[in-house]
Amino acid sequence: MTKEEHPLKKVCIICAKGTIEDVYATLVMSNGAVMEGIETKVFFTFFGLDGITKKFMNSLKTGTIGNPAMRMPGGLPFPTLLGTLPGVEAGVSAMMRSQMEKLDIPPVSEFLEMIEAGGGEIYACKLAMDMFKLEKTDLWDGVKGVLTIGEFYEMCGGLQTQIIFT
Amino acid sequence: MSQKVYAGTTVDVNEEGYMTDASQWTKEIAREIAKEENIDLTDKHLAVCEFIRNKQANSESITIRSVGNSGIIDIKGFYQLFPGAPMKKAAKIAGIPKPASCV
Repeated sequence: MTKEEHPLKKVCIICAKGTIEDVYATLVMSNGAVMEGIETKVFFTFFGLDGITKKFMNSLKTGTIGNPAMRMPGGLPFPTLLGTLPGVEAGVSAMMRSQMEKLDIPPVSEFLEMIEAGGGEIYACKLAMDMFKLEKTDLWDGVKGVLTIGEFYEMCGGLQTQIIFT
Repeated sequence: MSQKVYAGTTVDVNEEGYMTDASQWTKEIAREIAKEENIDLTDKHLAVCEFIRNKQANSESITIRSVGNSGIIDIKGFYQLFPGAPMKKAAKIAGIPKPASCV
């Protein structure tokens, strides 16, 4: 069995967390799938909803405490206590976004538009929306629907389909 | 490394069919590679090919976003021009290596 015989036909990607790295992992994988001609459906739930909420989507943050992989520029360890100071999280997050821009990685809203332009579909989780008191109008305009998990699974059928939880 | 004949010219290609020497490329060759991909090459296709060839020649990274910002075409139109896998198909037709970028 080679990859040529059974290429991936569809991916269903679920994003449940709302940090820069969680949302971007979802977006890069989704856009990458669309670019390969793979049918792509993306489901945002729980804190992942921030990634498709107009108010928050373009100013996502990365956590500066409790992240042992976080380092200072130059590679020195990033003290957890430093991460607790006001403004540090915002500063680090802004730095991450500017680094990504240099690699031609777009802001979240533009990234979603790219995925949509290639035929990828974006969905929101009904249960999480109820929990966070969100309305469809709070979400990015390209969101194709608000679904229950059952409805999402109905879209995930078929051979050569993978469900990915980022 | 193998070779293929397009439009009466022998060109070097890799095992996936991407040309390995961009200088061997001509519009006639592009037309024939496009035919293999079931694409009828138009001036719009060629403009995109020239754009990514220039990027490649300047060692700039080639991303779908840069094509969308090229002024030639938007991203939706790019997907329509090269259905399926636009970046890979465009690179193949433009006679440059398979794009190494994830975006």
